[in-house]
Parts: sequence; C-alpha cells; structure tokens
Amino acid sequence: MLTNMATNLPQDELRAHAQAIRIDIIKMLNQAGSGHAGGSLGMADIFTALYFRVMHHEPENPLWEDRDRLFLSNGHIVPVRYAAMAHAGYFPISALKTLRKLDSDLQGHPERVRMPALETTSGPLGSGLGQAAGYAYAARMDNRRFRVYCVTSDGEHNEGNHWEAVMFAAKYKLSHLTLFIDRNNIQIDGFTNDVMPLEPLSEKYKAFNWNVIQIDGHDFYQILSAVEQARSEYQRPTVIIAKTIPGKGVSFMENKFEWHGKVPNDEEAKRAIKELQKNA
Amino acid sequence: MLNKTAHVSEAMFSKKIESVPVRDGFGEGMVRLGRENPLVVALTADLKESTRIHRFAAEFPDRFIECGVSEQGMITVASGLANYGKIPFACSFAAFSPGRNWEQIRTTICLNDVPVKIAGLFVGVTVGADGATHQMLEDISLMRSLPNMIVVAPSDAIEARKAVIAAASINKPVYLRIPRVESPVYTTEETPFEIGKAVTIWEEKNPQVTIIAHGVMVYESLLAARELSKKGIMSIVINCHTIKPLDDQAIIHAAKLTDAVVVAEEHQQSGGLGGAISELLGQQYPAYIEIVGVADSFGQSGKPKELLERYGLTAEHIAQAARRVIKRKNS
Repeated sequence: MLTNMATNLPQDELRAHAQAIRIDIIKMLNQAGSGHAGGSLGMADIFTALYFRVMHHEPENPLWEDRDRLFLSNGHIVPVRYAAMAHAGYFPISALKTLRKLDSDLQGHPERVRMPALETTSGPLGSGLGQAAGYAYAARMDNRRFRVYCVTSDGEHNEGNHWEAVMFAAKYKLSHLTLFIDRNNIQIDGFTNDVMPLEPLSEKYKAFNWNVIQIDGHDFYQILSAVEQARSEYQRPTVIIAKTIPGKGVSFMENKFEWHGKVPNDEEAKRAIKELQKNA
Repeated sequence: MLNKTAHVSEAMFSKKIESVPVRDGFGEGMVRLGRENPLVVALTADLKESTRIHRFAAEFPDRFIECGVSEQGMITVASGLANYGKIPFACSFAAFSPGRNWEQIRTTICLNDVPVKIAGLFVGVTVGADGATHQMLEDISLMRSLPNMIVVAPSDAIEARKAVIAAASINKPVYLRIPRVESPVYTTEETPFEIGKAVTIWEEKNPQVTIIAHGVMVYESLLAARELSKKGIMSIVINCHTIKPLDDQAIIHAAKLTDAVVVAEEHQQSGGLGGAISELLGQQYPAYIEIVGVADSFGQSGKPKELLERYGLTAEHIAQAARRVIKRKNS
C-alpha cells in the first residue's frame, strides 16, 4: 500500500518520477500519432504527487475498497494518468505503446469499463466534478473514510455543468472532496483569457463557498502542503488552483497553445526526450 | 376480446373505471421501493412535488438529494452515486432530463455503464396547459439510440409502480417515461409485468390488424379495438411498455398473424416505438405499418383531451389508421 506515511519519497525522487513519466508521455503520443501533449506534460508533477505520495491506493489491488478515488474530468490529458499508473505498478510500462490502438484498454479518452481503476469515463468537458461529488456524497452516506480527488482543466470552466457541481459540492459541504484545476491558461482555440476569461477565478470559488488554495503546480512542496491543508478542512470542499506550464519540460512546447491538441513527430520526440533526459 | 391472461380491470370499458395520474403510480412505487431497498436514492432538480417524489423525500430524507435547477448537475451526481454502488433515481421533466442532459447521459451513464434510473415525468401533449416547451415528444428517440440504455414507458398508474420496482432490480441504466395525465387504470395487480416482455391485452380470432402502443395510448388503442370489433374488424392490441429491448418475438408473431400493424404513441412519429417496430419488421418480416403519433410538429397549450384530438391521438384516429392499413394490405 502506498500512503503518504509509508512512502516518504524525497522531492528529487518525485522529480525523477515526473521526468520519466514525461518521457513516456512523449513516446506514447508520438507512437499514437494523435492526442494532447500540452496538458499531459503540464500535469506530470501533480499526477506524480497523487500516485506516489498523496493517494492511498494499491496498484496490485486496483479496486481496493478503501482506496482514494481520482476522477479525471478533462479526459484528454489521460496519457499522463496512464503513464503515472504504469510507473506506479498498475500495468507494465510496455502497455503504454498501445495508447489509442484498436482493442487497447488505453483508449484515447479514459473508459472505466475497459480499465476500472480509471474510476470513470470522461472526455466531454465539465462533467467530472458532478460525478466526483455524487461519489463523495454516497461515500459520506455510508461513513466511508476515503477521499475523493478530481482533476479539471481551466478551459472546462466554460461549461455550465461544472458550475452546477461547484454549487452542489458547497451546499452539501463535501469537505472530503478536493479539486485540482490545471490552470495553464490555454485551451484549443487559444489563451483562456481570449477564448473566455475566467479571472478572478479564486474569488469565484470563494464566492461559491469553497476553500481555495493557489499553488505552483510544479513545486512538490506546494502540492503536498495544499493537499495537507485540504485534509484539515471539515466544512468546505477544497479547490487547489495549480498554475502550470503547458508542455512543461520541453522548451519548444511550453506555453504554446498550438501544442494543446498536437503530438510530436519523430524528430520532435527525439529532441523532447533528449531535453527531458538532460534535466532528469 | 380481452385476453384473459392479461388479467385487466373488470371495469375496463365501463364509465366506472378509475382514472389516476400515471405519475402518482410512479411516486407510490418509489415509496415502496425505498422501504424494500436501502440502496435506493432519489434526486430531483427542483421538481419534488411535480415528479411525485415528495413522499419518498418525506419518508427517507437521508436518501433524497435536492440538486436545484441543474439537470446536468443532477445526472452527473447520479452517475457518481451509481458508480459508488447506490441505485439512484434522477427525477425531472422529460423535456429537461433527458432533454437537456443527453450528452452527460451518453458519456457518464451509458458508456460508463452505471445503473442510473432516469425518470422523465411530463411526457407527450397530455402535459396540457404548460405548452410545447414542456410536452416532451422526442425522448424515446433520444434514449433508445443509446447503447446499454433500457427504455420503459408504462401505460397506467399500477404499471408505473411496477416499472419502478422492476427498474431497480436491473443493474443497467433505465429510462422511465412517465405521463403526468390522469389515465384509466385498466391493469390490475395480477397483470403480468416484466421489462422486455410485451403484453397482449386484446386478442380476437382471425385478426386483420395488430395495434401496438405504449403509455396512455394503450387504453385509446383498446377503445379503438372495441369499436373496430363492433364493425366486424378483428384485431390484436399489444401493450409494448418496453421499447428497448423490444420484444421482437411477440411483435413478429403478431405481424405474421395480421400483416398489418398500427403503432400508437404520444411521441413524434419518427424515432419512437413506431421507428423501432419499423426497423424490426422492415428487416425481419415486412408488413404494412401506420404510425399514429405527432406528425413532425410541436404541441401547444390546452386541455389533454383537446390536445389528443388536435394532434390526432385518439381512439378514433387509431381506428382510422387500422382501416387504412388493412385497405393497403388488401389492395
């Protein structure tokens, strides 16, 4: 069982995991020939923290009933989740090359029926928090102790469905629910501020009666302390607004919205991997 | 004549037959189900009393979730509850759920394959005075095209109650289509009800036409059959309460007996039970078909009876369609 108590990995070890996960993301996307590079690379540190420090889970027993649940709402960044799961021991790293291939459990967007450890099926945006909230509500009805995590993008805050769930979670004081926002400022059509401005985002959540924490999503110390703060909140759900750099770790992808829904070709993949290895 | 094995009401064609809103049967079913099964949870989007879930809410406050006016929110929360292991019933008006939240139903319930029960109250023109916005006529079409979804449209209050209990026992997503209107309670406790099994209510020797219906149109179809019989036209009437999975065997059997079929439903003529039966018979046993439904239009405000008349959904319209289809067959 991996818990924050049991595996007290130092930060440079987490960083090494994250870089290895990034390298696998590049390889997977290059082999798949389609997918979303920007968000997947940008969230590598948070997924590393979740799978190697934050969540109580058992990779060898993926449906362990007391596991913490993770709902990925922005399903298009699932390559980072697949890579993190493979590195955590859910399945062999070699399986990553089947991403987006016929009959693979690693579908282009996550499907619970094919891989139950994904907890749900997502892709169409704005629907993950509602599901996470419903799950958290059910767990509290039965006095269960596990925590429910949800990861969303910033772009999907354009969706009404998401804000309906924001209100629901606050009304029912789902304090065992923690939401991560990948605040990378890009979406398919451009910068979030041009497509549909979201600021002031933290004030919005405060006004909706959430506990709001803002962090640098590439700083493990900040990620882990935000999760600790969320654990000590007993009245409100917590949102961790994580500033991230889309394409993080690959200089020619960083902060380029063009890389939101694009994948590296062979030459770009080679350059990206070289750069990631250098900084591992 | 009435099929004895259907055990329908003795007051069937008498003025004494009791009329009860179909939604009341739904509400009663939910209370009974709540007592039987602690996993059952009810949700609504600010329509507690209109959906008749208020009695469940009063008796089981800990298993009732008010979501506010947010059908997409309600249905995704329901998905989470079902994913955990509860049996959630998400209750709203059909025009809003599944009308507004179809994609969430597709992705988070059907593709995700979690057993949420979606109760769409207020269907068809018999919604009445609220008008076209609230008179859902496209829901069957929306729901029956989804893999994993089961679609059930009960025909009176007793059947609605039975449908609730049956839906909870299936580990699959189910759409329950529940009319608001008062409708004659022609079934009894003994009338068989099994999801996926059509019930033959009326059956005569040497039938010339089969009438297949769901919802409040079943009783209209029975009135039509009685009138046709008086004029020497023999028929079969089938209550096809489950639209998906369709009872292929029962429908093909009846089509073979008559070669002429009328489908009667409070739904658009396209995409509903008429569509489902056309797909089945077109591929397996081509027969003459007439669909009595709303002809590619929206409803309007009015009294239920006035609206059934205006939109061509009465026993008389069904009888006319029966004569037309027989004429086509014989020409």
